[in-house]
Amino acid sequence: MQKSLHIDPGKCTGCLQCEMACSYENYGVFNISKSRIKVFNFEHEGRKVPYTCTQCAEAWCMTACPVDAIKIDAATGAKVVNEATCVGCKVCTIACPFGTVNYVADTGKVQKCDLCGGDPACATACPTGAITYVESDWTGLEKMRLWAGKTDTQPRANA
Amino acid sequence: MAWTRKILRVDLTNGTCKSEPLNMKLAQEYLGQRGLATKYFVDEVDPKVDPLSPANKLIMATGPLTGTPASTGGRYSVITKGALTGAIACSNSGGYFGAEMKFAGWDMIIFEGKSPKPVYLSVEDDKAELRDASHLWGKTVWQTEEIIKKSHQDPQVRVCSIGRSGENGVLYACIVNDLHRAAGRSGVGTVMGSKNLKAVALRGTRGVAGMKDAKAFMKAATAAKQVLKDNAVTGQGLPAFGTQVLMNVINEMGALPTRNHRDVQFESARKISAEAMAEKRPTDGKSNLVTNAACFGCTIACGRVSKIDATHFSVVNKPEYWGATGGLEYEAAWALGAANGVGDLEALTFANMICNEDGYDPISFGATVGAAMELYDLGILTKEQIGMDAPFGSAEALCKLAEMTARGEGFGKELGLGSKRLCAKYGKPELSMSVKGQEFPAYDSRGIQGMGLTYATSNRGACHLRSYTVASEVLGIPVKTDPLVTEGKADLVKAFQDATSVFDSAGVCVFTTFAWTLADLQPQLDAACEGDWTMEKLALVGERIWNMERQFNNAAGFTAKDDDLPPRLKTEPAKTGPAKGLVSGIDKMRPEYYKVRGWDANGVPTKETLSRLGL
Repeated sequence: MQKSLHIDPGKCTGCLQCEMACSYENYGVFNISKSRIKVFNFEHEGRKVPYTCTQCAEAWCMTACPVDAIKIDAATGAKVVNEATCVGCKVCTIACPFGTVNYVADTGKVQKCDLCGGDPACATACPTGAITYVESDWTGLEKMRLWAGKTDTQPRANA
Repeated sequence: MAWTRKILRVDLTNGTCKSEPLNMKLAQEYLGQRGLATKYFVDEVDPKVDPLSPANKLIMATGPLTGTPASTGGRYSVITKGALTGAIACSNSGGYFGAEMKFAGWDMIIFEGKSPKPVYLSVEDDKAELRDASHLWGKTVWQTEEIIKKSHQDPQVRVCSIGRSGENGVLYACIVNDLHRAAGRSGVGTVMGSKNLKAVALRGTRGVAGMKDAKAFMKAATAAKQVLKDNAVTGQGLPAFGTQVLMNVINEMGALPTRNHRDVQFESARKISAEAMAEKRPTDGKSNLVTNAACFGCTIACGRVSKIDATHFSVVNKPEYWGATGGLEYEAAWALGAANGVGDLEALTFANMICNEDGYDPISFGATVGAAMELYDLGILTKEQIGMDAPFGSAEALCKLAEMTARGEGFGKELGLGSKRLCAKYGKPELSMSVKGQEFPAYDSRGIQGMGLTYATSNRGACHLRSYTVASEVLGIPVKTDPLVTEGKADLVKAFQDATSVFDSAGVCVFTTFAWTLADLQPQLDAACEGDWTMEKLALVGERIWNMERQFNNAAGFTAKDDDLPPRLKTEPAKTGPAKGLVSGIDKMRPEYYKVRGWDANGVPTKETLSRLGL
């Protein structure tokens, strides 16, 4: 069963534990500037929104890459950058509609979320459940449940 | 490394920035942040220095856990000699600024001297330079942050700055970071302003790496997070209600100082409580509270984000205040509300915004307004002198006075000097509800006896964050004690003071102590920091820090006489509530406390005590 990161901005407090977990998982350092998930703070609306790669089924970054450095991880469905192949041309960063694949000047390569091989560190680190890892087909299930709860049916009387 | 092992020394007089290695021997003795920066400060600065002279220094310091995934690990402190108090000052702030300092590779930044013209410090990793700030002088905190972010073309830069109040000599000016987090008390922002230093802009891309045992640290940090989650206060109360959860609780205890401590219960407490913040307003159908928010690394998330009622008189035709921003915390809601008898939640929200926007301490400001309202009530201050009618309970006066203090206009200038100077000027020094010149926070010493001793002996003047015995006396953390008695409070206060000194030096938030004891912090420190960080060592470090601060104050000229409360709290019994008929037993507790501390009758640490602590 394929799984996806599911993000509920309404639960995000802006603590950045996800960003620290991401950088630690991938680089062994607590360094939010290296994180592949970013929390954006819309100060005057009082909203904080974690954002990262959604792992498009038809991945434009992958299609655009001239050296086939982005491959699909068969187990997770993640689009994964092979650093050894990447030439740092940045074409994928232009192709991605969401801006979630990014160039790293230090390495001369691009980086993006790879779902940590199926155990995303950001989801584990999130203290509020704003980031969870759920079955891809049912990312809307919780929202459906909430709306379902608002329907005005009454419990059936005892038959 | 938990420490970056680097200090940035900024000579404002000569305009230079230099890197120097952190003294690792001192780090083993004073840990970091509050302890370590204070050690540097007392070694380098004459205790008799005028706080606003170039010879005073100002240190911004992180702790070893700042910038790590330890819950709440984003704190930094500002250490200086306080403008309001003349005592050692250490003001702690959250937000994101502290972690960014660490990520840029600095344990602390020491500012010395005075710049000939307004400047701000720009730090990008190793690169540090002073830049012209003439275009920022006269701007608010909010404007300053926006202008710097635009000119750096970097929305991720983290900024702390002073507002107009810090430039204008308001003696309780803060240093505000991330728009509404503040190193709030004792006038640390006033000292920054006196040095012509407007702001610090940080960008760090190095991160924190190389802990003593990273795996053990992650394990310890994760276990400690679970403790916070499972605790009713840190897991449920604070995220849902914020510190404002206390308003009704403290009022019912008869320990909510009201109208400059004339009363101990406020008839409108409910109207300014957490519950009121969450209720839908009749005007727009929305609640004052928008959501809660966390500082860097914090898994509690007690912060309030609020939207003011756009129809409220304070913000009519002022759309710049209609957006979401930092909302009322308990101390601010009390100081701006109960302390003045003002029960208008939206008025408090407005005054609190002005405090954030122009960077001054809502506790000292609100309490000073309370003193002014009492002087007005007594006929000592007139409508003409204040520029308006200012009876207790006037929301209009509160809002106007907040704006006047921010801009340094009219009577706002006098309010900016704090209640001690205001009351002395008008011949009623006893009406200043302060210790060492710093105003009380939101707990009455008659209804919570331990807090009286806490205030009297706090090294930075009256303060709840030096030994929050409310935890024990009200909430039963870690053990329940009777708030109405003085017995045992000397030991309790000492224990809280010493433990808090460690938390303030580690890089984490003192609010963790609703759930954590030193035993929860110790494994995190021991895994992160080189050296053996045992419970015994941490206990000694905490006591050492407290005594070091005390020695500085003693050398600055403070004596046992300054460890006292205003006469009102010792002679006018609480009129209502569970503490009815009680006064503070400070005169009984003080000598007991000195004894427990190993100090002589004058409050001076004995030779044996100093030698035991390695001082």
